Amino acid sequence: MGLSALALLVVALATTSFWLGRRRAIATVAGRASALRSLPGYYGWYAALWCGLPGLAVVLVWLLFFGGAVDRMTLASFPEEAARRGPAELSMLLNDARNAALGQSSLRADDPLVVALSERWASLRSAGLRLALGASLALSLAGGALALRAIRPGFAARAKVERAVGIGLMLCSTLAVLVTVGIVLSLVFETGRFFERVPIHEFLFGLHWSPQTALRADQVGSSGSFGAVPIFAGTLLVTLIAMFVSVPIGLFSAVYMTFYSDPRLRAVVKPALEILAGVPTVVYGFFAALVVAPALRGAGVSLGLDVASESALAAGLVMGVMIIPFVSSLSDDAITAVPQSLREGSFGLGATRSETIRHVILPAALPGIAGACLLAVSRAVGETMIVVMAAGLAANLTANPLQAVTTVTVQIVTLLTGDQEFDSAKTLSAFALGLVLFCVTLALNVVALRTVQRYREKYD
Amino acid sequence: MTEPAFVASRWSSPAMQSRLRRRYRAERLFRGLGLAAIGIALAALVLLLVSVLAKGWSAFVATELRLDVTLDSALVSLPEDADATARAQAIRSADWAAPLRAALMKLFPDVTERPQLRQLAALLSSGAPLELADLVERDPSLLGRSLSLWLPADDEVDLVVKGSVPRDLPEGARRLSLEQLGWLSQLESQGRVRRTLNTAFLASGDSREPEQAGILGAVVGSFLTLVVTLAIALPLGVAAAIYLEEFAPRNRWTELIEVNINNLAAVPSIVFGLLGLSVFLNFLALPRSAPLVGGLTLALMTLPTLIIAGRSAIKAVPEGVREAARGLGASPLQVMGHHVLPLALPGILTGTILGMARALGETAPLLMIGMVAFVVDIPGGFRDAATALPVQIFLWADSPERGFVEKTSGAILVLLAFLIAMNGLAIWLRQRFERRW
Repeated sequence: MGLSALALLVVALATTSFWLGRRRAIATVAGRASALRSLPGYYGWYAALWCGLPGLAVVLVWLLFFGGAVDRMTLASFPEEAARRGPAELSMLLNDARNAALGQSSLRADDPLVVALSERWASLRSAGLRLALGASLALSLAGGALALRAIRPGFAARAKVERAVGIGLMLCSTLAVLVTVGIVLSLVFETGRFFERVPIHEFLFGLHWSPQTALRADQVGSSGSFGAVPIFAGTLLVTLIAMFVSVPIGLFSAVYMTFYSDPRLRAVVKPALEILAGVPTVVYGFFAALVVAPALRGAGVSLGLDVASESALAAGLVMGVMIIPFVSSLSDDAITAVPQSLREGSFGLGATRSETIRHVILPAALPGIAGACLLAVSRAVGETMIVVMAAGLAANLTANPLQAVTTVTVQIVTLLTGDQEFDSAKTLSAFALGLVLFCVTLALNVVALRTVQRYREKYD
Repeated sequence: MTEPAFVASRWSSPAMQSRLRRRYRAERLFRGLGLAAIGIALAALVLLLVSVLAKGWSAFVATELRLDVTLDSALVSLPEDADATARAQAIRSADWAAPLRAALMKLFPDVTERPQLRQLAALLSSGAPLELADLVERDPSLLGRSLSLWLPADDEVDLVVKGSVPRDLPEGARRLSLEQLGWLSQLESQGRVRRTLNTAFLASGDSREPEQAGILGAVVGSFLTLVVTLAIALPLGVAAAIYLEEFAPRNRWTELIEVNINNLAAVPSIVFGLLGLSVFLNFLALPRSAPLVGGLTLALMTLPTLIIAGRSAIKAVPEGVREAARGLGASPLQVMGHHVLPLALPGILTGTILGMARALGETAPLLMIGMVAFVVDIPGGFRDAATALPVQIFLWADSPERGFVEKTSGAILVLLAFLIAMNGLAIWLRQRFERRW
């Protein structure tokens, strides 16, 4: 019996408790529901919650922790094998054993150790499942029985149920905080393990990045080097190109739409920009790799320039196009937030529209626009698919946009896709890069949101 | 003594006139720049869509060749008393390429050399024998008969017939030999080549061969993933929105939650992929490449968006509704459940659909949790290995075969069609049900 079946069983028990509770409440007042303190349904809910929640809690705990615990206990029962083969190989064997036990195809199903592991794993797992089954059913039945006993006419069931629901709602809202905590903890933990192998100053200030570590211990010259400066420089280059495209175009189109455009053009352009914002990034990546990059290369050849087929320029240009609607809509907000009186005062002094915009509106909207640009930078730094498909893999330290560079997100994807063992410095370095990415984007967002907010308050 | 910069009172003076002209020129220039910016943005959009459409329409068309195949009953060696499974087994394992070779040789009797024969057989898709096996398995009475069949062509032939690859490319740039092109022309002149709807593209899983590769597996994978995302993100998001908007006390803790949600909405999606990798795969030991894990990861990613959308929908319900309900003696939860939530539901659903559309187009987090595997089978459950539609696009865009370019664009068209449908549904919901107070 699996966990999902157990969960369904608990839900069925809870439903039964609902009907029992409701009937019992009505029975205590001999059918005159108005004599009850709460509506009859609340007594049902009270019983259902007491019955269902403990049982489901057991299922959840099993789901979260027992999967890993069974693995660890299985490994712990083969100490001499663990010492002989090393933990990495044993965990791979365990993977096969798990597949074999679940009846899926597995590579080394005939290996005697795999068979032993799989038997041990299966027996531990079924023992754990039996435990979960017993515990959850016992708790459910006990909870339901207690709740049913407590039901009498003067019992304030509604208050109890509403309190439980209120606590549930609050827990849901704290989940968002838990997600942040989870991100920070997982990144920091793996990064810490990375810095045990590679010193932090080498990562932050080293100039050479080649994460290929040796496959065998006796291989020469492939210990890997983890100087991330070329990656940071590449990210910066692509982001700069994207900003050179998106900020002027986004800002000017926002200005034109608010001050010059007639409504018919606006009715076309606004949805078009929204479509541009809604196109998935993988489509932009395809566009960059198969349309823009070859076109740039062709143009470079006819001009006598050497353009790499995965140039930073192609990725940056397309990323810029992707961010245009973002910059445009945020600048639009900033511009329309400038009080009408400033505009009218400027017109009253005889300024033309462009003079009003340049000398009055834009300076007044500057903090908002700056915030928009910072948010756009954060978007560009964290953008993945365009650069994965259109930028290179080799970490060149260059400022030439016609050459191939690599970015933080490209490296994370390359390091973590495909087969990997989880303990090497190579895969752990992806988490270090992820932590840098998270911190940089978080700082940009916090500063940007704060700028925009403070400035909005000033005019309100 | 210095000249005054200009005389402000005399508008007709030449200095003022030229100054005015300069100002108007600057005005026109500024306006032109604005128009140019919009033009560039629109041109980029048009270029993007046109290039995808131009490359992608042909993915929905397949080339087929008509062959007169003799299904010799000696092909399947079967004892008389074999049961159904043994029969199917025997049909599966028969050499179905042989009758196809024979049919081609009958059409081109002058081809006798072995390498040329191989080239001749290469006009057909390597999936053609399988199709023959399927046909016979469905109807074993076909054995021993001669049939005129339309069979899928090889992807290179397909590209030439569609005109995606010109026939007069120099040797070396061309994948088909001159002889193969000649045979193809002969087949065309005999009316043995046709273009039809590409059912394989719409109804099968991934393949290494472009002409057999389809998007159904990826579409099903995306669907399963979104089901998980929706089942988790919608209730949690609505519950969190209700709490923050209606019940939360104004204190530092709720302020922290709000700041946190706003920041979480701007965290790069790949970071959520890293979270999914280390929590769901490494800590909880859930299966790799599964829609379950993909859905969980995307749920965490869309949760902040849903909370923000839910809050603004709840906030839009006027205070009078709440006060009236309270006046009739409803408890806070009854006010919420019986009155505010039903009125806010269209807004919440609109936000949910838009969030799901974003999750459907998301690729990077799915790469992190291993949904990039090459999966031929169509996933049947939440724990099966699967890819998603955008990941399939990424995988095909990386493939070296030329035939995959049109498949990539075709898959993009399918993805865009889904996105347009979802956004259209959201707009319709908003216009149909959302009330303005």
